[in-house]
Amino acid sequence: MKKVLMLCFLSLMTTSVIVAQSKVRTLPSSNLKDLKGKAVNTAKLSNEGKPMIISFWATWCSPCKKELNTIAEVYEEWQDETGVELVAVSIDDARSASRVKPYVASKAWDYQVLLDPNSDFKRKMGVNNVPHTFLVNGKGEIVWQHNNYAPGDEDELREQLKHLTGH
Amino acid sequence: MALKKFVLVCSAMACMLIHHSTTAQDGMLSSGEVHGNVQVIAQQYNEDTLIGAQVPPAETAMNAFTNIIYTNGPFSAGFRYESYLNAQLGYPGRFKGTGLGYRFVSYAIDDLEVTAGNFYDQFGNGLIFRSYEERQLGVDNAMDGVRIAYKPYKGLYLKGVYGVQRFDFDNGLVNGDGIVRGFDGEMNLNEFFDRLDTAKTRITIGGSFVSKFQPDDNADLNLPENVGSYAGRMNLSYGKVSLGGEMAYKINDPSADNGYIFKDGKAMLVNTSFTTRGFALSLDAKYIENMSYRSDRDVILTDLMVNFLPALTKPHTYNLAATLYPYATQPNGEVAYQAELAYKFKKASKANSGLGKFLGGKYGTSITINAAAAFGMDSTTLGDVNSDITSPRLGYKANFFSRGEQLFFSDINVELKKKISKKFRFTYMFLNMAYDNDINQGAYTNSGAAVHGKIYADIHILDLSYKLAKKHNIRMEMQHMETKQHLQNWATGLIEYTYSPHWFVAVLDQYNYGNDIPEERIHYVYTTVGYIKNAHRFTVGYGKQRAGLFCVGGVCRTVPASNGFTFSITSSF
Repeated sequence: MKKVLMLCFLSLMTTSVIVAQSKVRTLPSSNLKDLKGKAVNTAKLSNEGKPMIISFWATWCSPCKKELNTIAEVYEEWQDETGVELVAVSIDDARSASRVKPYVASKAWDYQVLLDPNSDFKRKMGVNNVPHTFLVNGKGEIVWQHNNYAPGDEDELREQLKHLTGH
Repeated sequence: MALKKFVLVCSAMACMLIHHSTTAQDGMLSSGEVHGNVQVIAQQYNEDTLIGAQVPPAETAMNAFTNIIYTNGPFSAGFRYESYLNAQLGYPGRFKGTGLGYRFVSYAIDDLEVTAGNFYDQFGNGLIFRSYEERQLGVDNAMDGVRIAYKPYKGLYLKGVYGVQRFDFDNGLVNGDGIVRGFDGEMNLNEFFDRLDTAKTRITIGGSFVSKFQPDDNADLNLPENVGSYAGRMNLSYGKVSLGGEMAYKINDPSADNGYIFKDGKAMLVNTSFTTRGFALSLDAKYIENMSYRSDRDVILTDLMVNFLPALTKPHTYNLAATLYPYATQPNGEVAYQAELAYKFKKASKANSGLGKFLGGKYGTSITINAAAAFGMDSTTLGDVNSDITSPRLGYKANFFSRGEQLFFSDINVELKKKISKKFRFTYMFLNMAYDNDINQGAYTNSGAAVHGKIYADIHILDLSYKLAKKHNIRMEMQHMETKQHLQNWATGLIEYTYSPHWFVAVLDQYNYGNDIPEERIHYVYTTVGYIKNAHRFTVGYGKQRAGLFCVGGVCRTVPASNGFTFSITSSF
């Protein structure tokens, strides 16, 4: 019985995978907070028709910080070119969540920073490990993603961004 | 039997029908989305008597996890299919087989969200309730039951949870018997009151209540079957200053952790910070007194934990700093403090000279100073609970937030990050650690004997990164640790070459060169090659890994020594 139900479930899934393939992927709904304690629903994240980068990181993740610090150096330029907005989602839990605000301030990041202390949004986005970066187009659809960070990866992200905005 | 077959056939038909209708028509499912991820880690073991690595009977092990989430507007459903064939060494050995480890359905409309089946959640900082997954450690205390979240008014958030907790895996999810139920309310004053909407002061207050139920099956003691706990919290920020705090209380909860004493529990967590652009100062304090809280009073280690007691130390990632003497919270009691200062020296101007010119340079310099210490409680023992049968078994009396004489752990570290040119950057870090191994029990000799007393260690780390060409980068780490109380001195070297965005190769050598016993001056060499394409990642590793404590987020598990290949695949879709 259990097996049949399982099979049924799986076949439903496969069906919808096939059907969903032509469809776009949007941001799932998760209730997070920003650094001021303000509630933010992730499904409602938008950048007035311009693209967004959603980057999952943590204060204990060196490649994550390297990626975000590298982008920070050229962020103004990217914004001028494409109007892009970067949303940095921290998955720090109660141990280090209080470190996020001081870290962001000390690095003088101009990103929108959200806290995901129990990895709720991370799970819904299918992220295995950090850093994991998504590119979202002006319609709120996820068009590209990348796991890991190595120096130079920001150039690929920039290419994707330019491609998206036709620059 | 006939009935069972009938049911089977019927469900199969129903299943096909649904399948057919969804493919044939533009039905309900057509607008849905299916996403998920996969993680597979397969390990092959070789015997290595020098480091104590053993080969399990099956010679290989594989842990695999596949998450599938289906979403259609307000509706979502998903599951996680897990395999432990067999479980990797160091994982809870009882995890076995393959099957469903997590499944849920959820519906969210307007301001109401209902989830049935498995879910993860936490109240406040998690001092009385946190259900979470830390897969690398084999920690998963997922709830199985019902969760309701409701926002009755702007700025007001209510949550209720009711269920049992994941305990084991035997060809599928196995839950513990204890029942956990809880309620949490949070109010954001700035959202709630219109006139505070733009106020500079931001205030959030919250409170929660959690209770667990487990029958009293003890012949000698009259144990509480329902154990309640409550907590209150507040977060306040005013411009550059932030202040956050949470206090928790738990009624008496005799357990294997506390030696079955009838003592109540207390916890407090305070975070403060002052931040401005390029500068941050933060001070944290924590008090824990008898706060182990599980839905089964008789289990230990990382099983069936209802709450989460965060460690108040900086999580390290460099090999020697992270793996030899890591700290985890002592749930029976501790008093801990942490201070951190971070500053970014701006780019030097023409007027700068000397040190100012060096620190500023062309790209500025970041410096972080962090100091953390955890002490025992200041407590007085109340009678001997084991020899006196008539004793009220209160255990001890502790003075709230007053620290005892014994230092459990301390870590003072300084980190300097500097970019010299467009191509070259470096990080230098110094750490001084004190680690009481009678408390933390993370340090062993190579033959497996526990080390007694305090271990002091000084660690220097130099991390150099050089961009060879566009997309090509080489990184080197040189680490040195000096200690006299355990395995003497260590050195670690790492070379990592990355070819963006697809390839990396890294070789790490952790060398116990200072060991008193010449035969035990072991090189733990480990090589990794990886390929990344978008959200897919494949790695192959080969070499020796040291036995020790493996920690994520202040929760640790002991990992045995191993020698062999590790294959890993992670993929998101």
